[in-house]
Amino acid sequence: MGLAAAFWIMAVVIIAAALAVVFLRNVFRAALSLIVCFIAVAGIYLTLSADFLAAVQILVYVGAISVLIILAIMMTRNYQRGSPANRLRLPALIVGVVLLGLLVYTVTASPWNISAEPPLSPTTGPLAVKLFGRLGFILPVEIAATLMLAAILGAIVIAREKDK
Amino acid sequence: MNIGLEHYLVLSAVLFSIGLFGALTRRNAVVILMCVELMLNGVNIALVAFSSYIVPQLLTGQVFAIFVMVVAAAEVAVGLAIILAIFRGLADIDINNINLLKW
Repeated sequence: MGLAAAFWIMAVVIIAAALAVVFLRNVFRAALSLIVCFIAVAGIYLTLSADFLAAVQILVYVGAISVLIILAIMMTRNYQRGSPANRLRLPALIVGVVLLGLLVYTVTASPWNISAEPPLSPTTGPLAVKLFGRLGFILPVEIAATLMLAAILGAIVIAREKDK
Repeated sequence: MNIGLEHYLVLSAVLFSIGLFGALTRRNAVVILMCVELMLNGVNIALVAFSSYIVPQLLTGQVFAIFVMVVAAAEVAVGLAIILAIFRGLADIDINNINLLKW
């Protein structure tokens, strides 16, 4: 019962915050409601008993990505026109609604094999085994590390002031 | 009313569609990146829900969600660097006015 209440509260907060991100004219307020949306998604992870992912969501999204976005908004601040819509508003609305309808239809019409087992309750240790253990995901972890290094170097090179 | 897998999947579909609508209609490049983040979060919710309802003992979906977060962080870093570089050159981040590559 408490889980259902938590899910509905988080769902309403997520959808309201996402709509605010899309429709608010003030870019800074949109970034703040994006942070609210990230925190509510962490709550959704908690109701799915994914505790490690909830912590990572708070650390990475709320802690790092939001700061990057707000930094970018502040550095481009003499662009004061807010976040106007382009001419594609009606076609984009149609595309979004059709995609949403298709997804909801597919999700509700598919027979899912719901497992009867309870989910693992502390997930940190099993996740470490899954990522680094034998027959785990160690090669993707190394590839992700290389990708992060390349992204950091690329961001530095692209954003640097060119000294002439 | 019990919460099942479908609730989480519908929530993730709604979040993805809102992000898609925003990414298609906004003209501010930073807001477009924020909408892409919304879409990635929707996908992550679906992955974690599949993981905890269909294979509760395997955690594969949570591993995928971690990799999605890694790629999202890399994408935001490079994307914001590109936006800053464009802003330095053109003094504008309205994507309707950035048409140097449009033929």
